[in-house]
Amino acid sequence: MNTLMDVLHHRPGWVEVKDEGEWDFYWCDVSWLRENFDHTYMDEHVRISHFRNHYELTRKNYMVKNLKRFRKQLEREAGKLEAAKCDFFPKTFEMPCEYHLFVEEFRKNPGITWIMKPVARSQGKGIFLFRRLKDIMDWKKDTRSSDDQKDDIPVESYVAQRYIENPYLIGGRKFDLRVYVLVMSYMPLRAWLYRDGFARFSNTRFTLNSIDDQYVHLTNVAVQKTSPDYHPKKGCKWMLQRFRQYLASKHGPEAVETLFSDMDNIFIRSLQSVQKVIISDKHCFELYGYDILIDQDLKPWLLEVNASPSLTASSQEDYELKTSLLEDTLHVVDMEARLTGREKRVGGFDLMWNDGPVSREDGAHDLSGMGNFVTNTHLGCVNDRKKQLRQLFRSLQGQKKTPN
Amino acid sequence: MLQEESDLALIIAQIVQKLKGSNLYTQLERQAWASLQRPEIKLESLKEDIKEFFKISGWEKKLQNAVYSELSVFPLPSHPAAPPEHLKEPLVYMRKAQGSWERRILKSLNSMCTELSIPLARKRPVGEQKELLNKWNEMGTDEPDLSLFRPVYAPKDFLEVLINLRNPNYENGDSHSFRTHLGLIQVPLKVKDIPELKEFFVELGLTAGQLGVDDSTQVPPELFENEHVRIGQKVLSEQDSAAAQQYIRQGSPTALRAELWALILNISSQPEDILYYEQLKTNVIQHDLLVDSLIYKDVKLTASNDDYYFVFEDYLYQVLLCFSRDTSVLGHFAYSSASPPKSYIRGKLGLEEYAVFYPPNGVIPFHGFSMYVAPLCFLYHEPSKLYQIFREMYVRFFFRLHSISSHPSGIVSLCLLFETLLQTYLPQLFYHLREIGAQPLRISFKWMVRAFSGYLATDQLLLLWDRILGYNSLEILAVLAAAVFAFRAVNLMEVTSLAAAEAVLADLSTLKVMPLLQIFLFATVT
Repeated sequence: MNTLMDVLHHRPGWVEVKDEGEWDFYWCDVSWLRENFDHTYMDEHVRISHFRNHYELTRKNYMVKNLKRFRKQLEREAGKLEAAKCDFFPKTFEMPCEYHLFVEEFRKNPGITWIMKPVARSQGKGIFLFRRLKDIMDWKKDTRSSDDQKDDIPVESYVAQRYIENPYLIGGRKFDLRVYVLVMSYMPLRAWLYRDGFARFSNTRFTLNSIDDQYVHLTNVAVQKTSPDYHPKKGCKWMLQRFRQYLASKHGPEAVETLFSDMDNIFIRSLQSVQKVIISDKHCFELYGYDILIDQDLKPWLLEVNASPSLTASSQEDYELKTSLLEDTLHVVDMEARLTGREKRVGGFDLMWNDGPVSREDGAHDLSGMGNFVTNTHLGCVNDRKKQLRQLFRSLQGQKKTPN
Repeated sequence: MLQEESDLALIIAQIVQKLKGSNLYTQLERQAWASLQRPEIKLESLKEDIKEFFKISGWEKKLQNAVYSELSVFPLPSHPAAPPEHLKEPLVYMRKAQGSWERRILKSLNSMCTELSIPLARKRPVGEQKELLNKWNEMGTDEPDLSLFRPVYAPKDFLEVLINLRNPNYENGDSHSFRTHLGLIQVPLKVKDIPELKEFFVELGLTAGQLGVDDSTQVPPELFENEHVRIGQKVLSEQDSAAAQQYIRQGSPTALRAELWALILNISSQPEDILYYEQLKTNVIQHDLLVDSLIYKDVKLTASNDDYYFVFEDYLYQVLLCFSRDTSVLGHFAYSSASPPKSYIRGKLGLEEYAVFYPPNGVIPFHGFSMYVAPLCFLYHEPSKLYQIFREMYVRFFFRLHSISSHPSGIVSLCLLFETLLQTYLPQLFYHLREIGAQPLRISFKWMVRAFSGYLATDQLLLLWDRILGYNSLEILAVLAAAVFAFRAVNLMEVTSLAAAEAVLADLSTLKVMPLLQIFLFATVT
């Protein structure tokens, strides 16, 4: 089910360019970008779906570095309390260069579980959990010996991250959330948050006993698909609306508001931390897939940011979510130049940050009372995008007909 | 006047009788004794003082709730001399039909048993018991070979039985005449028409606020929602069952629903209740029943495949396996037209002293049974509480959906109500569907038998079940079924086969229940 092709083909007035023809819009691979971006001339109106150095946000080791630096800066400028708002990333150390720092932290917290992740791979490949230093010493030896044979292959970077041992469970299962954030520019920072998303469930019940059972801990659908328990009919996902309702009926609306506003905080701060580093080319935009894990205290943690979130649909519902997501992305990118640029909502996207916080239209008060600004975000809320788009485009047409 | 008084006296006597055997009575007694220590209790005015104490400490409220609960559940005796069968089901032909249906089910179960040479019950060896205990929280990971098991019956089998129900006192003849019904149900039961339904469901009217309508994003919460939530919190703090039941007619706020339902069903998790559940769990561990495999199969076929309920698979086993061993459920057979199936210890067939109810709770699960439990997992996470709520929902409501009776909330009445509503208010549609061989009941039956579980989106389903509790009646299921047909009438008029009609009505997951009901009941020109 190729959502991207379907959406692009169905868009009125859009034609697919073959071979070496000139293009106005390119939804490209990151590999194409790496090879071609620097020597491709683009007219002003041309749009491309990645930022040149997006890896500052999406590669785990770079993201950690950027976040740590941003946090220090915040502490200097605004104090410890403000800096603490950046503590949504589990303690992470780059390997092998921060190995000694890691060992120090490891010794301070005996008995906890750590997770080792390759920085560049996705879909859960190469990940494992460990509790003893011995486990990674063995692994170090293994990787070292294989490298001796092939010197021209660079040593793959890993990060060691503190494993969240008390994840929030539903039905005894662990899950993580996939949320979509669209960044139209970094300087100034303009970011949109999509209302829909989903919770991905692990197929097996959560227990800390079986560290070796990688199927329990990794909730990506890609890994789950290889588990012997996996039944494709199960489609182990919940739409975010369902997840939000479930939490509300269990913990009450205030707790849910707090959780979701903490998540807003994650999106904004993570983007701010790479704002100055990412080359903000006006041709570029990027649709990120954020992976969030909730723990039992209802605190959200950032697991990672994906520059190329999967657009393959695993079910009919998934297909509709992803096609709507892509359609609305194209509406925001606005190749057709229909928008005024002052919109706060386009379809399922709400403008979350526009070089500063964006307030909600109805001026809702801050329920949590914690001084988090009430952003114009509606994650997991009703997404009546078709109706909104109709009204939006109708009023835009009206404005065009009667120029001031 | 005298008749009413003696009726009332009879009712009071019955309720007192019932409550005397309950835990509440013991607690009240204990509280009364303990209160003698209190300074405000004086010997001269002992009775009044203790009553006053009960009022202040909330015990009177608990007693009120218990009485209200009894009134809601038990039918009022029609006549002091009426035999117990009349309490179960006053009409003889209905009783007979239910009896023969039960015999069929039991026969089917026994033959499956013989075919597969599996005993109806067996004690588990110690090793197996230990294993099951370890796996208690993740029974879903078990993949026993269930291929040889078949569900004992499916809703459509039951529908065929209902279609063939006839009242022997009502001579229709085999030929169609003005007096035969155009629908599938051919028994003359009294069902409400729209004016009567409007009166019955008056709180759903257009002038009253509703959750499910007036809490949508366009409506500012100050208009209705905020005040409604505030009232809900007050009702909960007062712990008044009757008030909660009245309140919930306009829907329950998400955050308050779990507590409100528990209050209406008069469920409080006492240590005895938790112990009782643990005892049931022990029974499951020690003995294996044939129905367990049926339950496993049902869960795997239905709830596990559902996009939303799959997460709660383990809870479903924990509830349903215990449910089938719960002999307290046998109590509901006093007012149900059904009777628990009997089985005999091996070799003692026919000897009453060796008869046991099988399964111990007398309820043989059918295909889709687990869907009664699945939506409750959304609200209750503690197994014993979840269990209590489900059990109470079953003995108050769900049992009526799969037994043959003349009760207004029984499935037969619901079917007839549905068909009558459709026929009366959408005659063109009804006639068209009938002509193309797509009798509407054939499509809506499965919705009603499952109380729409698995067909509606969960939040909509919970809003619907709010009203079932609020009105203490299942009639709303038939009204909703008719409203769905009315909503899709335009598309249905264009279909030319049963399969096409099924396709139009295959996906109800986007429907908003309350607006549909309001339009059908209050905004349609009658």
